[in-house]
Amino acid sequence: MALTVTDLACARGPAQVLANVSFSLDAGEALILRGPNGAGKTTLLRTLAGLTPPIAGTLEHAEGAIAYAAHSDGLKSQLSVTENLTFWCAVFGTSDIAPAIAAFDLAPLANRRAGDLSAGQRRRLSLARLLVTGRAIWCLDEPTVSLDADNTARFARAVEAHLAQGGSAVIATHIDLGLPNARTLDITPFMAKGLARDDPFGDTFDGASQ
Amino acid sequence: MIGLLRRDLALAIRAGGGFGLSLAFFLIFTALVPFGIGPETGRIAEIGAGLLWLGALLACLLSLDRIFQLDWEDGSLDLLATSPLPLEALAVVKALAHWLTTGLPLVVAAPALGLLLNLPATAYLPLVISLLAGTPALSVIGTFGAALTVGIKRGGLLLSLLVLPLYVPTLIFGATAASRGAQGLDTTTPLVMTLAITLGCAALLPFAAAAALRINLR
Repeated sequence: MALTVTDLACARGPAQVLANVSFSLDAGEALILRGPNGAGKTTLLRTLAGLTPPIAGTLEHAEGAIAYAAHSDGLKSQLSVTENLTFWCAVFGTSDIAPAIAAFDLAPLANRRAGDLSAGQRRRLSLARLLVTGRAIWCLDEPTVSLDADNTARFARAVEAHLAQGGSAVIATHIDLGLPNARTLDITPFMAKGLARDDPFGDTFDGASQ
Repeated sequence: MIGLLRRDLALAIRAGGGFGLSLAFFLIFTALVPFGIGPETGRIAEIGAGLLWLGALLACLLSLDRIFQLDWEDGSLDLLATSPLPLEALAVVKALAHWLTTGLPLVVAAPALGLLLNLPATAYLPLVISLLAGTPALSVIGTFGAALTVGIKRGGLLLSLLVLPLYVPTLIFGATAASRGAQGLDTTTPLVMTLAITLGCAALLPFAAAAALRINLR
């Protein structure tokens, strides 16, 4: 199992959003997260990525296996496409940006400043960063926003290639990517609204009500 | 870490990076001093070293909210937090980049601005040495303050209120070293204290900054 999640409870700020989420993911497998707006897809992905500690439950994966891609592109407008990718190369200790450039057809834009790109082109550059990280489990939050049909297909091929190499992916999306090894997880049943258990003021209010 | 430092330096120097902001503020502050205090050379020369220290501190304060805010706004702070780089190292690199782009230029500019205030010849060396010893502390404390307030829109006011009291010891010892040097007195004690503050801050505050970032990124 590349990623095993057991009875996970996630919170955003003081509010608990999800409870008892359990699933497991093999190498070479993709999990598509579905759910209405506000269901907690982003919260779950941030918890998987380690940005938000879980309130309860366990999260098992290899150390440093997760690459996270958020809603925001995380690009520096003043740097060129190549410079943006080279920077992430340096951070993740990898050296080759050529496959990432090729996978998302960024070669014609290589010397353009990220600030001069269109929203879809920025998105492609942001997704190309995933290939540069060299990490096995991709956690992607609505990766196809502002991509056209051709580039959505290009992204799906990149994910397929990643899965074929033994990687895995957790993708929150509302569209059908047509991935062969994909399972779908509807997170609506796990929704839980209420105060998080580790709320620092929880005890105070409990005490006052007694 | 080198990659991050290089990127931050490149971003600071390119258009919109705010490299010249602190330097320009320092210049304007010093140029305005004679208008506020009066042009008698003797009086300004007497307080000049302390004034330059104050100017450098305020110029430094001006650029603090850029340390993490820009990375937070475009989402790269989240991505950096999930990278192999520990947040403690991130805080160290950010403080170092801030010092290289803000503190060091201020140290280099200070003698030239001292000329503008007609400082006595004996004042220059202690001024530069004390600034060199004290400005890294300003960057490290500022990085901690910026980590505490990251994610707050228009957090500059809160940042200044948090950081200014922490700047006071550095200002007291740094400015004392500079002005005692200007009068030809022994500067060992205040200089050692300034260095101690810098070393203490550099050793401890990156951990505090990383803890603050962890909470703010939740």
